[in-house]
Order: sequence, then structure tokens, then C-alpha cells
Amino acid sequence: MRTRESIKIAIRAILGNGLRSALTMLGILIGVGAVIMLVAVGNGSSVAVQKQIQSLGTNTLIVNRQAGFGPAAGGRSRAGTLSRPTDLTMKDVSALRDKGANPDVKAVAPTLIAPSITGTYLDATYAPAQFIGTSAEYAEIRNYKVASGDFFTNDDVENHARVVVLGQTTVTNLFGTGADPVGQTVKFGTINMQVVGMLARKGSNGAQDLDDVAMAPVTIVQDSFAGISTSLNNITIEATSRKTMDIAASEITATLLGTHRITTGTPDFSVLNQGTLLETSNSTNRVFTVLLGAVAAISLLVGGIGVMNIMLVTVTERTREIGIRKAIGATKVDILTQFLVEAVLLSVLGGLVGVAAGLAGSRFKVVGVTPVVAPYSVFLAFGVAVVVGLFFGIYPANRAASLRPIEALRYE
Amino acid sequence: MSDRWVIVVHEAVKTYTVGSVEVQALRGVSLAVEAGDWLAVMGASGSGKTTLMNIIGCLDVPTTGHYMLDGIDVSTLDDRELAEVRNQKIGFVFQSFNLLARTTALQNVELPLVYAGLRARERRRRALAALDAVALSDRTEHVPSELSGGQQQRVAVARAIVTDPALILADEPTGNLDTVSTGDMLSLFGRLNTEGRTIVMITHEADVAAHAKRVVRLRDGLVIEDRRQGPVAGPPPQYLQPPAVRV
Repeated sequence: MRTRESIKIAIRAILGNGLRSALTMLGILIGVGAVIMLVAVGNGSSVAVQKQIQSLGTNTLIVNRQAGFGPAAGGRSRAGTLSRPTDLTMKDVSALRDKGANPDVKAVAPTLIAPSITGTYLDATYAPAQFIGTSAEYAEIRNYKVASGDFFTNDDVENHARVVVLGQTTVTNLFGTGADPVGQTVKFGTINMQVVGMLARKGSNGAQDLDDVAMAPVTIVQDSFAGISTSLNNITIEATSRKTMDIAASEITATLLGTHRITTGTPDFSVLNQGTLLETSNSTNRVFTVLLGAVAAISLLVGGIGVMNIMLVTVTERTREIGIRKAIGATKVDILTQFLVEAVLLSVLGGLVGVAAGLAGSRFKVVGVTPVVAPYSVFLAFGVAVVVGLFFGIYPANRAASLRPIEALRYE
Repeated sequence: MSDRWVIVVHEAVKTYTVGSVEVQALRGVSLAVEAGDWLAVMGASGSGKTTLMNIIGCLDVPTTGHYMLDGIDVSTLDDRELAEVRNQKIGFVFQSFNLLARTTALQNVELPLVYAGLRARERRRRALAALDAVALSDRTEHVPSELSGGQQQRVAVARAIVTDPALILADEPTGNLDTVSTGDMLSLFGRLNTEGRTIVMITHEADVAAHAKRVVRLRDGLVIEDRRQGPVAGPPPQYLQPPAVRV
């Protein structure tokens, strides 16, 4: 018999048992919808983390202090004991800025973070989350734009100038919404500092408010804010391109080993590669996504078993019909096709509605993650639904096809 | 083998195993039916008449012995070929009508043609003609639950004749019908037989069998009586006036 007839018969059978067909399809629907949605959630969180990492600046390398073993820091410590890490100093920064030794380093900025420095403007007081002492390159490396005024220059760094650049959140808290603070003087700690620029809004990277900052020349921060160690917190570096990040990292390591006079043992600093970080987080997220997808796939499997269950019931119920069809000339293949088409149709319809449900569900935020639908998951989920229908339809259909006509006719 | 013989059953034996006991339903039945004949098979329950009908209908095969249907040795056919024979050579009419539920009369009658692979237009034309032949042209879109028993059985007859088979095989066709519908059914069969269709009818009612041209009686799996009530050619004995089918 021709496929078109089989499809017609199957549709009639599915409509004839509306509620049961709907419930069977619901199983497939939930399975397909869950696969699409959960993969979208996994994908969404991956995208969010990537955005967070990229907001720290592209092609960025960060040098941190790190305790190391072996002779270090002018041979003050004995071999084999944990040494106090050498300070990161402006000398290191200057050495890294040497283009000859570090051809793949584009820009270098020292970073010194002062804890809880309260700013006062007229009656308003506010302590920005981060008070950063740095150089002019920082804006470029970290991708900060200036909304009003200018970023301070490296001359200001040289001259220990009492100037400051404020983030939007800090401005709002000290000056009120929409105010332009450029030219005003804010007292940070005991020092009056002139506001030379206001940063453009950057938003949140998911973990912290990037606008809740104040930035000043590293020299004045070192001079003025008591209780700060002489070491920089870290050195932020931009490589010339994404491809040269690894080379840049080894150049940095070589340079700093030189300035720290380390010849053997572990270095007392670490070079954090943003690209590596991105890769690590990507692979973590992939595992996360696969895990979510697997859980959803199980529900799809359960939906498939539902199809098989209902098809078995259907075959038993329609034994007499099968007998009639066989008596008037249906072959084994005809009956097999008929029931197989019915099973596949159930899962295809369920799958289609499931795709719609999955896409609709992915428009809502799930526990703070904005789902991002992966096109492959849609095709995969739908494809698997069809295969599941086929797989779980074969056994009941074969059972129907193998019924002997006399017994089927006699069946009450 | 000439075209004269629609059915030739030779020494058919059928043995069933029920549990560990072997039951012989047919113990060597030989039967030949000519084209145009109307045969009634009679017998009490357990006489083997249903088994014989299953074999004649190609729904079952004899344990030993041969069966030729319209010149074809059925015992050599595989499952697919048997289905084709049932589709092309035999029209079934059952005691319990056996129409597909929630399916209109027209679709029920079309069904054998669907399996024969005919196009929709041709199917419809032939199915409408068959329904017209049983005087049900005005009930084509009704589903079985909307039809009376007599009407349902007439739909079943239409389904049986739609493929223009060599043989109409009726298993107690009047068993579930009232007297009036029984009369209608028998005159319908009379007309079909007069038009030249071969009918094999299983029944246990003597007054139904009286309409046939030939009566074969089975007992304990053997033919015990073979009586002719009218010539093969011409109308059956009790078929007097043209269709008395009530519309």
C-alpha cells in the first residue's frame, strides 16, 4: 500500500483517540522541549561567562605575585623553603615596556588597588568598590572609554598629579544622577583630587559593577594612601594579537625572571593568560551543557517508551481491525507500515510541538541565565524524536503484522 | 485444470494441537465447486465447517492435502501472495459484519482497492458502483454505528464484490440478522449468483441453506451429504423475482 494511504489511516487513528494520542505526544514534547531548552541554558551560561572574561579586555595577560621555591629575591631565603615573593614594581613595568625584549607586548599598565578609600564631595561621601592606581594604558587594555573629559596621561603619572577619573556609579553616588563631575574636586582620604574624566558606562560583567571605580595615577596612589604595600597588585598587559598571546607570555616571563634575578627554581610570579582562561571556561561549560543535554535526552527516551507502550495497547485493541485488513488483502508490510507510520507520526507531531515549546521556553531567563538556543540542538532533538518513534514503533508494528488473520478475526 | 472449477479441495486434513491433545478438524475432505454455483456448507459446531471455510478463504492452510483456488495451488504461496489472492479472488462476508468502526461505508468498501493499489478516483468509482449494487447509494457517508445490521451486512457485501472476485465466501452471513434482513440478504445473494458470481456460504440454518443450489453437510470433519437443489446454470431455486432489497 502506498505511503500516502498509510499516513491518512494513521492520522484517522490518531484523531480517533485524541486524548491518548495527546498524552503520548506530550512525552515526546517534553523530551524535545527539554533538550532544546536545557542545551540553550548551558549555552547561555557559556556565552555569559565568555562575555565576562572578554569584558576584562581582549588579548589580556595579567602578571600576579606568587610564592615560589628556591633561591629568589636576592638570595635572602634558603634553597628549598617557601620564599616571600618579590614585589612587583614600576621597574618591572619599565622592563616590560622595552619593545626590544618584548616585541609581542603592546601595552603595559601597573595596577595598584587601594582598599576602601572614601571620597567626599560637598556633603556626599562614597567609597568606590575599587580605587585603582594605574597608568594611561589601563584604559586601552581594559577597554574603558571616557564619556566626558579625558583619561589622565602618563605625564600625570610622572608628576604624581592629584587627578582622578571616576566611573558612572561613583559619579552618581557623589554628584547625583546625570551630573558631569569634570573639573570638580573630590577629597579622597585626605587628598583633594581633581576629576579630569568620567568613564563611559560599562555595566556589569556578571560578578561586579565595572562602573563602581575610581582611577588615579599609580604614583599618587602609592604616595598618598597609607597602609598600602609598596608592591603593585598586578601588572596588566595587552599582547599585540590573540595569536601572539603565548609568545608574549614567555617574553614576559623571561623579562621578569631577569628583573627578579631568578635563574633556577620556580618563578615568584605567574602570568595569567586570558585566552587560556577562556578555553578552560569553555571546556567546563561544554561539560555542563552536555550534562544538561543528557538529562533531557533521558526524558526523550522515556517519551519514546511512552510511544511504544501506547502502540502496544493500540495493536491489542485493534487486533480485529488487523484481522479484517488482512482478510481483505493487506500484506504484512502493509500492516507494518501502517503502525510504524502511526508511531512515527505521533513522535513527529510531538517533536514539532516540542521544538516550538523549547524555542518559546528559551525566551525566558532561567536562574539568571539568558538561554541561547543552539541550532544543532533543535535538529538533534527533533531527529532523535523521529528515530525514537521509529525504534519504539518497530516492535508493536511487527507484532501487529505477525498476527495471523484467523486469530485476529476471532479476537473479541 | 479448466476455468470451470473455482474451488478444488482434495483430501484436505487439518490437525490442531490443543495443549497436548491433537484434534482433527478435517479428516480428508474433497470438494469441487463450479463457477456460478451457490454452495451452502452445513454442519453442527465442531463439524469442521469453519476450518474448511478458513482453508477456502486462504486464511489457513491444510495440514495435508491440496487446495486449488481458481486454478492456483494455494499451498505453494507465501504470505504476500496469499494476501494478494485474498484481495483479488475472494470476497469475505462475515457473521459479525467486520466493518472498520469510525470509517464511512464508502471508505470501508474502498479498502480492498486500497490494498490492490488503485488510484483514489478509480477506487471511488468502483466503490460507489458496488454500494449501488447493494442499494446503499444513499448511505455512502454513514459510519457503521449509524447503520442497521442489515445495512452493515450489505456494506460488507459491497466490500466483498468490489474487487470482482472469483468467489464470495460468506461465513454465517445471516447469523446476526433478523428475518426481514435475512430475506433481503438472501435475495441479494440470489441476484449476485444469477449474475454469475460463485458463492460459498456457511450456515447452520436449513431454511437459509434451502436458497443455495447445492448443500454440503459436514460431520466430524468429513462430508456426509452432498445434495444438489438446483442446476449450476440459471437462477437459484428460491430466487423468483428480481431484487426485493428494501431501500
